[in-house]
Amino acid sequence: MFNFFNLGKLFQITSRSTRYVFVLFMIVLAIGLSESLFLSPEDYKQSHSVRIMYVHVPAAWMALGIFSMMTFLSVGTFIFKNKKFYLVSKSLAPSGFIFNIIALITGSIWGKPTWGTWWAWDARITSMLILALFYFMYLLSWKIIENKNTVIKISSLIVIVGAINLPIIKFSVNWWNTLHQGPSLKIIGETTIHSSMLIPLGIMTAAFALFSLLIFLMKFNTEMIKIKNKGLDRL
Amino acid sequence: MINEIISMNGYGPYVWSAFIFTLVSFASLYLVTKLQLLKEQKKYIAKFGSLSEAKTASLREQKINKEILLKSVITKI
Repeated sequence: MFNFFNLGKLFQITSRSTRYVFVLFMIVLAIGLSESLFLSPEDYKQSHSVRIMYVHVPAAWMALGIFSMMTFLSVGTFIFKNKKFYLVSKSLAPSGFIFNIIALITGSIWGKPTWGTWWAWDARITSMLILALFYFMYLLSWKIIENKNTVIKISSLIVIVGAINLPIIKFSVNWWNTLHQGPSLKIIGETTIHSSMLIPLGIMTAAFALFSLLIFLMKFNTEMIKIKNKGLDRL
Repeated sequence: MINEIISMNGYGPYVWSAFIFTLVSFASLYLVTKLQLLKEQKKYIAKFGSLSEAKTASLREQKINKEILLKSVITKI
């Protein structure tokens, strides 16, 4: 079933594609930055502070998306006992954590001119902070637990427990009265953001996704070489 | 014009600091990941070099080992 995940073939693909992803990321980021900082219009209510949205929103989306992927992979690790799942999950975590931190910090910076405060124990912000703690616990488990089987089980369990928080983050703005506004972008239904702001937001999201892919590829290659290094030790 | 771009109606410090923080975070994560990759590659080369010729010959036949060795010589990014 998982012949597709041949480690030799996978390493060939991941190690060769890194430089192309890097170039593409730089191009998309340059376009995204010029669109979001200079070309997109200011908001009639929030003025130029709305530009923070172009880094804050994609970072939050990526943090949530990566953790969702890690959840599927962790469930897969338990069900299929396949080591490629944990390798992918472990390689995704660093970029997910960084995106989570970016979402929290840029949200805090955006909060000052918009709400008049750097921080509020609002449902969305608090649940995002909890997500960052789960990312941190996941990464920490790989640093402190030495037994491989134990760390795979514990780290997967951390992600599965943390996944309970994902619907809370998504629906927090509907379930509670929060400082955050309701969703403006909907998969089903009308989007309330004007195209002049939606396009830069889309480009910046693409740039963030490419960055995540770049870090994933580099981290995955590192993990594969680590495995090979251990193999050489046994020779 | 430049002053307008920098000040952004008084919102400049907020906007610029958010973007700079994002870019610095990206650069830091990229550098840390790159350094970890290079460290593991160096370790691999050192261990590979200490093996006997018979062992290295059989290892070279595996795709993944060939690729690591190739990547360690030509690291472009």
